[in-house]
Amino acid sequence: MAVAEGAEPLTLAGEEKPSNPWLDAWRLFRRNKAAVVALNVIIVIFLIAISAPLLTRLEILDARTGEAARHTINPVNLPQVDSYPDPLTCARDGQDQNPYWCSWLSEEALLEVQNKYCFRPAPDPNQRQWCYLLGGDSSGKDWLTQTVYGAQVSLAVGVLGATMSLVLGLIYGVIAGFYGGRVDNIMMRIVDFMYGIPYLVLVILLQVFFTEVARTYQGTERGGLVGFVLDLNSDMGGLLFLFIALGSLSWIGMARLARGQVLSYREKEFVEAARAVGASNRRIIFVHLLPNVIGPLIVAETLAIPGYIFTEAFLSFIGLGVQPGTPSWGAMISEVRTRGGFFSNRFILIVPSIALVITTLSFNFLGDGLRDALDPRLRGT
Amino acid sequence: MSQAVSEPRTSSVGATAAYADGKEVLVEVTDLKKYFPIKSGILFQREVAAVKAVDGVSFKVYKGETLGLVGESGCGKSTTGRTILQLYRPTSGSVKYRGQEITNLKGESLRRMRREMQMIFQDPYASLNPRMSVGRIVAEPLVVHNIGTKKEREERVAELLEMVGLNPYFVRRYPHEFSGGQRQRIGLARSLALNPSFIVADEPISALDVSIQAQVVNLLQRLQEELGLTYLFIAHDLSMVRHLCDRVAVMYLGKIVEIAESEELYTNPLHPYTQALLSAVPVPDPAVEEKRQRIILKGDVPSPINPPKGCNFNTRCPVSIDVCFETEPELVEVLPGHWVACHRVI
Repeated sequence: MAVAEGAEPLTLAGEEKPSNPWLDAWRLFRRNKAAVVALNVIIVIFLIAISAPLLTRLEILDARTGEAARHTINPVNLPQVDSYPDPLTCARDGQDQNPYWCSWLSEEALLEVQNKYCFRPAPDPNQRQWCYLLGGDSSGKDWLTQTVYGAQVSLAVGVLGATMSLVLGLIYGVIAGFYGGRVDNIMMRIVDFMYGIPYLVLVILLQVFFTEVARTYQGTERGGLVGFVLDLNSDMGGLLFLFIALGSLSWIGMARLARGQVLSYREKEFVEAARAVGASNRRIIFVHLLPNVIGPLIVAETLAIPGYIFTEAFLSFIGLGVQPGTPSWGAMISEVRTRGGFFSNRFILIVPSIALVITTLSFNFLGDGLRDALDPRLRGT
Repeated sequence: MSQAVSEPRTSSVGATAAYADGKEVLVEVTDLKKYFPIKSGILFQREVAAVKAVDGVSFKVYKGETLGLVGESGCGKSTTGRTILQLYRPTSGSVKYRGQEITNLKGESLRRMRREMQMIFQDPYASLNPRMSVGRIVAEPLVVHNIGTKKEREERVAELLEMVGLNPYFVRRYPHEFSGGQRQRIGLARSLALNPSFIVADEPISALDVSIQAQVVNLLQRLQEELGLTYLFIAHDLSMVRHLCDRVAVMYLGKIVEIAESEELYTNPLHPYTQALLSAVPVPDPAVEEKRQRIILKGDVPSPINPPKGCNFNTRCPVSIDVCFETEPELVEVLPGHWVACHRVI
C-alpha cells in the first residue's frame, strides 16, 4: 500500500543504531564519568571480596614452635601486645632491628619488602617483633587481610540487603498499588505503622534477641529448625540474623515507592489500552507495569546500599553485628577501643574507615549515575 | 412545554425512524449511568457522595456511521466511551452490541467481546508503553488473544503498519522515537489488530498539531471506508466534528442535551447550551465573523457530585423558566431525527 495521504516524511535511516530504553539508559550511564568509575571500583571490590582467600597469604611464625604456620584470618597463639605495627611505624620507632616477618605478600615480594624496610630475622625467637604491611591489632590479626575479608561482609550485607528489600517491597507495593481500594488501604496502614518504629532500635533489639538465643543454645545438643538456623547463622558468621534484622524493616520504604509508581502508571492510557484489548492482570503487571516501575526502584535501592553497609558497620562496632572472629570493617574500627588502639597503630582506624568510605561513596555515585540514566522524568521521555 | 405533552413522544433512545431506515443498530446504550464513589474514613471507608460522571445517557450507534460526542471538559464524554467498552463497569443501564447485552459479561466472554470494540486514546505519549517496541505494541492484541504463530503475527503487524501509513521497518523502534502523529498511527494500528467493527475514539486528535490533525482524520475516514468501521468520536473541536461525523450528540454534565444529524445540529441548534457552544466557533470569514453573536454563558459548570435540581443547565441557561428548576427535561424528538432535552423547545 502506498504511504498514506500526507503522512509525515517516513525517514528510514540506513543503518540505525539499535535503540531500546535499556540500551539508551546504558549509553546515558556511560556518559557519567563518576558513575563509571564508581562501577569499576565496585567491580574491583567485588573481585577482591570473592578472591580474598587467594589474595591473602598470611603466614606467621608460631610463637612457640618458631615454625611458619598458615593462619587465614584469625591468628592463634600470638603474644598479646598493644598492637602489631606496620613496617613504617616499626622503622620510625627504631624497631626496624627486630621485625622480620610480614604477611600478605608472596615470598619474593616479601623478601623485597623486607629488604626495603631492612627487615631482619630476630636473633632470638623469644624476642620476635611482629610487623604487618598495614599493621595489626593486639591479638595479631593482620589488618590488610581483615580488610579484604571485611569487604565480603559489607558487600554481602549491602547487596543482599538491597535485593531482599527490593523484592519484598516490590511485591508488597505492587499488590497494594495495583489492587487498590481496601487492600491498598489496609496494606499501607500496616506500612505506616511500621514506619513509626525506630529502625535502628528494632534492629538492635532483634540482634540482642538473636545473640541471646544463640548463646542459650550454645554447646547444647540442638536439632530441628532452630538448630539448623543457628548452624547456618554461625556458618555465615552471624550474617543470617543480621539480614533478618535489617530486612524486617528496610522494605517498607521500597513498598511505598513501588506503590506510588504503580499508582501513577496504573492509570496511564497504555495500561487502559491493554485492558481494552483484554490483557489479564498478570500480563498488565509483568509486561506493562514492572518494566516501567523497576527503574526508580533500582535507583533508590542502590542509593540505600550505603545505609545497609553503615548499619552493619555500626552494629558490628557496638558488638551486635557479625559474630566475633568474623572480619568486618565495623568490628575492625571498634578495635580502636581496645588495648593500644589508635595511638599504637593509626591503621587500625584508618584502613577500615577508608575501605568503608570508598565502598559507600562508590555506591552513591553509582546510584546517581543510574538515576540519571534510568529515571525517565529526568530524561524527558 | 409541560411534561404531559412531551411524554408520549419520549422514547428511551435518541434515534429516529427517519434516519434509522434500513440501518442496523450496532451499539445501543440505554440509560447508562456511571457514578464514581467518593469515600471517606481511615480504614473502614464509607461512601459519602458520588461523582455522577454519566447520569442516564441513551443513544444508538448505527453500523458504518460516525457519531460525534461533544461537550466541554468534565462533562462525561470520555467516561461514556470507556463505560461502553466496559473499561469502567456501569453503575446501571445497558449497553447492547449487535443486540447482545455486554454490561454483564465477564472473563472469557468479555475478552471475546473486546475483539469487536476497541479504543483510540487522546494522549499519544501516554497510550504507548515506552518500554515496548512498536512491533510488540501492535502485536499485543494478537498475543493476548493467542492469534497466529509468531511469523503470522509479524506479517500482520507489518500489514497493519502499512495500513496506517507507517513504514513496516519501524517494528524494532520504540515509541519515544516517533512524533505525536506517528504515535497516534501506532495506537490506531494496535486497535485495528483484532479487526474490530466499533471504535471509540477518545479525542484522538486534540493532542496533535493542527497540520497533523487533518492527516489523522483523513486516515480515520479512509479506514472507515476500507474496513467498514463504526466510530464513536469523542471531541471538543466542533468544526472537526462537523467535518467527520454523521450525527452529533451534545453532552452537558453527564447528560445528553441534544442529538441530531451533523448538518441539522450545526444549522439549527435548538438547545440553549448547543447554541452557546456553537456560537463560540470562529468563522473563517471576516464579514461573518464581525457579525457573529457570541452567547457568553455565565458561571461555571455545577459540580457533578451535586447537580442542580430540575434541568442540569438551569444555573447558566439564559432562557430558563420556573419549570426548569423543578422538573428534569426529557430527550424529545422535536424534528425528525433531532432530539432535544429542553423545556423551552417543545
